[in-house]
Amino acid sequence: MLYFSRLKIISIIVFCFSLIFFSFSNFVNNEEFFLKKKVNLGLDLQGGSYLLLEVDKNPVINQTLQSKLTQVRNYFKKKEIKTFDYKLGKQVVFFKSDISDQEKILELFKNDNELNPYFDVYKSYQYNVELIDNIFELTLTKYGIIEIEQSLLDQAIEIVRKRVDEVGTNEPSITKSGSNRIAVELPGLDNPDRIKSLLGRTANLTFRFVTQNTDASFGSEKLKDLDTGEELNVSKRIIISGDNLIDAKPQMDNINNETVVSFTLDRLGARKFGRATKNGIGKQLAIVLDNQIISAPVIRDVIASGSGQISGGFTFQSATDLALLLRSGALPAPLDIIEERTVGPDLGEDSIKAGVLSLIIGFILVILYMIYKYRLFGLISNFALIINLFMLLGFLTIFEATLTLPGIAGIILTVGMAVDANVLIFERIKEELKKEKNKVIAFDNGYTLSRTAILDANITTIIAALILFVFGSGPVKGFSVTLSIGILTTLFSVYYIARLLTSIYVIKNKNNEVTIK
Amino acid sequence: MTSKYFFNKYYNLSNIISLILFIISIFFLIFKGLNYGVDFKGGTLIELRSDNTNYKTEDIRGAFNKLNLDDLSVKKFGAESDYVIKFKRSDLNEPDFIKNLKNDLDNYLEDYSFRRVENVGPKVSAELLQDGVTAIAIALAAMLIYIWFRFEWQFSIGAIIAIFHDVIITLGIFSLLSLEINLSIVAAVLTIVGYSMNDTVVIFDRVRENLKKYADIKIFDLTNLSINETLSRTLITSVTTLLALLSIFFFGGEILKGFSFAMILGVILGTYSSIFIANPVLVYFKVSQKTLIKEED
Repeated sequence: MLYFSRLKIISIIVFCFSLIFFSFSNFVNNEEFFLKKKVNLGLDLQGGSYLLLEVDKNPVINQTLQSKLTQVRNYFKKKEIKTFDYKLGKQVVFFKSDISDQEKILELFKNDNELNPYFDVYKSYQYNVELIDNIFELTLTKYGIIEIEQSLLDQAIEIVRKRVDEVGTNEPSITKSGSNRIAVELPGLDNPDRIKSLLGRTANLTFRFVTQNTDASFGSEKLKDLDTGEELNVSKRIIISGDNLIDAKPQMDNINNETVVSFTLDRLGARKFGRATKNGIGKQLAIVLDNQIISAPVIRDVIASGSGQISGGFTFQSATDLALLLRSGALPAPLDIIEERTVGPDLGEDSIKAGVLSLIIGFILVILYMIYKYRLFGLISNFALIINLFMLLGFLTIFEATLTLPGIAGIILTVGMAVDANVLIFERIKEELKKEKNKVIAFDNGYTLSRTAILDANITTIIAALILFVFGSGPVKGFSVTLSIGILTTLFSVYYIARLLTSIYVIKNKNNEVTIK
Repeated sequence: MTSKYFFNKYYNLSNIISLILFIISIFFLIFKGLNYGVDFKGGTLIELRSDNTNYKTEDIRGAFNKLNLDDLSVKKFGAESDYVIKFKRSDLNEPDFIKNLKNDLDNYLEDYSFRRVENVGPKVSAELLQDGVTAIAIALAAMLIYIWFRFEWQFSIGAIIAIFHDVIITLGIFSLLSLEINLSIVAAVLTIVGYSMNDTVVIFDRVRENLKKYADIKIFDLTNLSINETLSRTLITSVTTLLALLSIFFFGGEILKGFSFAMILGVILGTYSSIFIANPVLVYFKVSQKTLIKEED
């Protein structure tokens, strides 16, 4: 195992140098360097906020079932099958039919794509129907729910991105996490209060009339007026909604000297708004946001221009936020913040300092100990260790991996454990030297015989690191990344760099006294 | 083939001591339990730094006590005037919570800042705990399977008992000292599993090699021989790993203290158990050359 072909030596040198070269990308100005990559610092090192949001799908499931109820009722009416007693339960629709029709209804739910879609495409249904005590129970199947979750998540992530972008934080990262979650990372942001309040609102805007009588066809509901604090009876009929808005911005209203939000409607919205204001002069128009009335002005004139103002005792900040929410659109479902981690920039800086300091001290201690134990071969091992560290950094740079505080701990641990392979080899060579007179053979045997133990040892550590990578979350994941890459670079540095140097030394001194202390 | 040290003389004694420690640890884990941090229990953690050096922990605690927080704990964190405050919270969605908290706190404290705020909801903390337990369970199973493929089943059992010994006693010490269990401790436990396995495998590798070489040496002496032959490696690697870990413990900052402490315990226990736990198991199973031959048939 001591022989190296010239080609191999050149490859090893080229490989090491290119990785070391990549690692320098972190220390120089990237504009002038050919490689535009750097190791990312995790939020725990550079400071910033991490938010995990969960989409609350239940309201949308209920809405879906509500409209399904209407569809099913109309469907059977058209087919002239008598169904009755429709009722919306918790994530379930109940209805009844004549006993003679029951078979037929179940059959239709199985075969008619209009009534129960998806089967043709997915080989599974959107809805599940069961007959229990002569009552039909219609629920969404697992696939139906997944479909809802996916489209909700896609829409929600779009809106979240718009809102975060509008606030203008530095390089935010917004990613899906699982089937119904969104992870938001905001580097450098040490106070996430504003983002939280922006993401915590659905921003569902509607313009509706305030009515006295309970409107027969649409119904009405009592909503609270935030401005005056009183409750108003508002029609459920929506004149225009946030979807019709194309722009919104905060503005100073010079007449009343207050901040307002001015908005512009699309053509359809402008026409509807014009008609409604024409017919409704003298009526009170409620501007409703997330089931609360912002203001309810009395219509004095026809507004045909398609633009208007919302006033409601705003501060400049709250008007800016409302305009932002209206521009980005309404969330399809409420978002719950289920996890939040914020690290201030000074703590991040302290962590980097502490991490680097402990890395340097740990490194020096290990290096001194190895020289004390093995003298010249300790130097060889240390040289391999230094190259090892640069290669590790080079790999992290190429993959643009995220370095976290536990990640730095992983590097330090790599330093401590990396020498293990060399120790195993050196100890074995010592034993072999006692038995074998030919030094080259003794060294060769030492490498060969220690190989299985080294592989075993490193594979077990890699197994642990990979499991941590799969199940770990946040900064801890960074630990598994540095630890696993560290093991690979360690094996390389031991078997190619340290072995190369050892072989050069041994072959040169094959007739002299060679001892490993 | 003379052994320098007679480790095998102490197999019985060390096993009795380990068994006692193991049982005590189990008792602590059952009756005292672990001190879960917000990662696994849910709630809010605030790392506070006060620039006013006159404040003592009691002052900080007193100020937070006035805010009507559930399950409040206030502890000093590191050498400077840093404190970690933890409490329970039912609703994470209230966006102005921290702002309001600061406003209230301003009445009782001055010159302070929040360096770190962590809120973990009950759903997430339950998942994180489950993931952590699953990860450790899978790691143990993976090690068992790996060593089963590489060695014979007697070795496999020896290694797993040694790992259990290390993990349970480490956690037992955490329970005894009421040290916080958070995500990084899970990482530490997994690394301990890997390290302990690593140490054991190196010795087992030598045991197997020697089994093939010497038919006439009994396993009791054979394990001792193998331990002696690999002893300097075992010690040197433990020393370098401990040097690295001690450096993290003393210079790596407060956040890594728990992690490095767990690892230090794990490395010491792992080194001990690979000698005094894993090897006696081979003796109890009366492993001999026949064991290897049987497997190869």
